[in-house]
Amino acid sequence: MNARKFNWTIWSGFLLSLIAFLSYPFVFVWFPVTRDFPWANLLLFALAAALLVVGVRRTFAPDRGPQAGPLGMVDRPRPRRSKIATSILAAFSVAVFGFFIFSTFILARRLPVSHSAPQISQKAPDFTLSDTNGKPVSLSELLASPVNGNAPKGVLLVFYRGYW
Amino acid sequence: MAKFAEVGIRPVAISVDTPEVSRDLVQKANYTFTFLSDPKADVIRRYDLLHTGAGIDGQDIARPAEFLLDSSGTVRWVNLTENYWVRARPEQILEVAKTLR
Repeated sequence: MNARKFNWTIWSGFLLSLIAFLSYPFVFVWFPVTRDFPWANLLLFALAAALLVVGVRRTFAPDRGPQAGPLGMVDRPRPRRSKIATSILAAFSVAVFGFFIFSTFILARRLPVSHSAPQISQKAPDFTLSDTNGKPVSLSELLASPVNGNAPKGVLLVFYRGYW
Repeated sequence: MAKFAEVGIRPVAISVDTPEVSRDLVQKANYTFTFLSDPKADVIRRYDLLHTGAGIDGQDIARPAEFLLDSSGTVRWVNLTENYWVRARPEQILEVAKTLR
C-alpha cells in the first residue's frame, strides 16, 4: 500500500476561494473599478474552481492508468489521495462561493428604498447633532461657517452605517 | 478630503455612532471632516434613511446616502446607493461641487 499523497490542487483551490472571498471587503472594495462589480473576485473564484476540478479528478481517478514516467507513459498505480478531504474541501469552497454571491449581490442590496429623502432642488431639513466633542452643531451653522477662510459653497452630508 | 475644502465644500459624516466611537475613528483614520452623532437616529429618520434592525446587534442604522447642499441648504446632488459596498466616488461629487457658487 502506498501512502496517501498530499492533494495540493484541492488545497490551493480551497485557499484561493477563501482569498477570493476575503479580498473583496479587505482589498478590492477600496478601488471603484473592482468594487462596483466584483469581477476581480469572480476571476479568482474561476481559478479556484479550475484547481478544484483538477484536484477532484485526481482524487477520483482510477487506481491504475497510464501516467507520465521518466521513460514516457507507463501503466502503474496512481498515488492515492484522501477522498474525504477532497470532498470536504470542495464542498467548503462551493459554500464560500455561494456565500460570496449572496453577500455581495443580495445582502448588500437589501437596503430600504427611501421615498421621502430630500430630493434635488428641495431644502435639506435643518438639524442639530453632537460632534465628536459632544458639542451640538446645527446644519445652518455648518452652512454658514467658513471653509478654508472663505464663505462655504456648500456642505456634503454623508450618511453612513457606522462602526457600531 | 482636502480637495473638498479647496472647492469650498464641508464634508459632514452622520451615523448612529456615539461621539466617543466617532472620535476614536477620527483619531485612528486621521480624518479631518466633521462627524456628527445621531444615536437615536432622529435625523436619519427625518431624512427617510433608516435601515431598521440592520446594525450588528439589530440596531436601527442609516442606509448609506450622500447629499450635496449649496450654501442655502438646497440639495443639488444626491446619491442613494442600492448596494452598501458601492458609494459615491469623490470625483463625481467634486465635479458637481465645482458648479456651485
